[in-house]
Amino acid sequence: MIDQTNFTGQMSTLPKTPTGITGLDEITMGGFPSGRPTLICGSAGCGKTLFSLEFIVRGALQFDEPGVFIAFEEKANELATNVASLGFDLNKLQEEKKIKIDYIHVDKSEIEETGEYDLEGLFIRLGYAIDSIGAKRVVLDTIENLFAGLSNQAVLRAELRRLFQFLKNKGVTAIITGERGESSLTRQGLEEYVSDCVILLDHRIINQISTRRLRIVKYRGSVHGTNEYPFLIDEEGISVLPVTSLQLNKEVSTNVVSSGISTLDSMMSKGGFYQGSSILVSGTAGTGKTSIAATFADATCKRKDRCLYFAFEESPNQIIRNMGSIGLNLQNHINDGLLQFHAARPTLYGLEMHLVAIHKAIRKFKPQVVILDPITNLITVGTVSDVKSMLVRLIDFLQEEQITVMFTALTLNTIVNEQTDEGVSSLVDAWLLIKDIELNGERNRGLYIMKSRGMQHSNQIREFVITNDGLDLIDVYLGPDGVLTGSAREAQMLLEETGEVLHTHAISRKDRELLRKRKVLEAKIDSLQTEYESTEEELNKVYIEEEIKKGVMQQTRNKMTEIRRGHSTPDKNTKADKKE
Amino acid sequence: MSAEENTMSDWDMQQDSVYALRLFVAGTSRVSVRAITNLKEVLEQHLKGRYELEIVDIHQQPEMAREENITAVPTLIKRLPVPKRLLVGDMSDKQRVMKGLGLINF
Repeated sequence: MIDQTNFTGQMSTLPKTPTGITGLDEITMGGFPSGRPTLICGSAGCGKTLFSLEFIVRGALQFDEPGVFIAFEEKANELATNVASLGFDLNKLQEEKKIKIDYIHVDKSEIEETGEYDLEGLFIRLGYAIDSIGAKRVVLDTIENLFAGLSNQAVLRAELRRLFQFLKNKGVTAIITGERGESSLTRQGLEEYVSDCVILLDHRIINQISTRRLRIVKYRGSVHGTNEYPFLIDEEGISVLPVTSLQLNKEVSTNVVSSGISTLDSMMSKGGFYQGSSILVSGTAGTGKTSIAATFADATCKRKDRCLYFAFEESPNQIIRNMGSIGLNLQNHINDGLLQFHAARPTLYGLEMHLVAIHKAIRKFKPQVVILDPITNLITVGTVSDVKSMLVRLIDFLQEEQITVMFTALTLNTIVNEQTDEGVSSLVDAWLLIKDIELNGERNRGLYIMKSRGMQHSNQIREFVITNDGLDLIDVYLGPDGVLTGSAREAQMLLEETGEVLHTHAISRKDRELLRKRKVLEAKIDSLQTEYESTEEELNKVYIEEEIKKGVMQQTRNKMTEIRRGHSTPDKNTKADKKE
Repeated sequence: MSAEENTMSDWDMQQDSVYALRLFVAGTSRVSVRAITNLKEVLEQHLKGRYELEIVDIHQQPEMAREENITAVPTLIKRLPVPKRLLVGDMSDKQRVMKGLGLINF
């Protein structure tokens, strides 16, 4: 009746009660259906009791909803001891009347059934417990135990049906736990009675590594995640991990972060990686993948950003020592609280657990950069597709949080591992590949950018050198024999330097010759000029002489005329000239 | 509690005879009423004067139901003589009632 009013009151959404269990509310889109029973089933040791108990405790602590826990398996003080390690103080909560634990025990050996009966005792105790603390949440763990103690199935089934109706009438959000049956979800078919929400817990061992998983079998009237979600039980309770975010609608950043190697940054048009992108560094053994990762971490910390480093191969101390040899002081960053290492052997637990552990560490430390070194080691605990799906989820999560992530991957020349590369490569935004270049009896490293989404990048192979002062990239030489690296490159450089000197020398000699030629020519021009001048002068001299001669002759003639006439006038002289 | 102590001392004195019984019923439901009638019949027939019967209505005393760990109703708890036994049901199966009370063996 209560849920009916809820239905008519809020047509659009089913009211939900948050569980407070990390991740579970995201999968169920808000929690369990309010005022209805939810069935949690699973085999022994998969965490049913803890799950339901956490529901009660979180309800009491976080949502101010008192809860009743009816235990059919363990006594109240046993329960309290069991969960004390998770930091739940059940005794204190009971004293504060926030929870109430009732232990119902039915022992077949001391019971004689003498006729018709019902389970009114259970109802009264439950009703009393609910009313005495105003409980909003109820857990029945595990009600199937009644079937072991009492033999009248017909009565039990009828009473169970009545019980669920009773719980609905009380308006409490209930969890019923049930042991997994061979062919059905629960041994006694409890799923017949609880039809609103059924959650299946599973505890699987693959390759000697156990993983707990959770699946929502059904959730009437609500959208929910349908996958199997791994969950982790640790000192903080249960954490469920959403497998993948359902949409690809993450925020993207145009900010760029430096790789810590300036020459590498310059190979990309934006001068680094996009913030929140994923970067894969792959290469064969000993190519310096960890060095690149550590340099990236160092650069991050120098920007005063936080970096979380997951090491699956080496211990933090080993990495710190080794990176000291290339001039990186990671210990300083650790001391400053900017760098944190999480080292774990991959075989410590299953992939899912790794993922959950990574999630938790990230949520706690809130880094801007995460490094996983190397992801290929994870293959030891899962198949290629497992690792891929794990990484998809991790990348999803990191992109949502705008965290830049760098993976390193070891490539061997075997098909399986190449597949890993291929598998992951479609997920990552940038892929740096380090290759061994064997030439002239030595092995050198060549680095190139396989891809870099959203920016132009150099298509060249650069030689990747590890020096005492860090990492550097050098242009490799393209000689007539192909790419030159290492000493061959040095030799080529020397050769070219020599050539340069010779060339310069040759040029200067030519210049001088030219100069000399010019001088000769100029000298020639000078002498010609002089020659011309003298010729001209000669010519002028003749001309002037002629003039002078002419003048003188005229004068002489005039004088002659004068003389002939005796003392005639110059005019007459002229007439006389004409007459002649 | 005082009644219980009494029966304890009674039991100490007269070794085999006194039955300390407590019957839990739920109000005046059909099975509860039947259980009371049937039980009294058996007791009067076989244990006349040698029993103490307390009838508890768990509707009235829900805390008692918790203390005595009552799930099914009606339940008769035979505390004495030991061993403790629980008789569940409306007591219509007389053979089983007798067996539960330790009056017959089979």
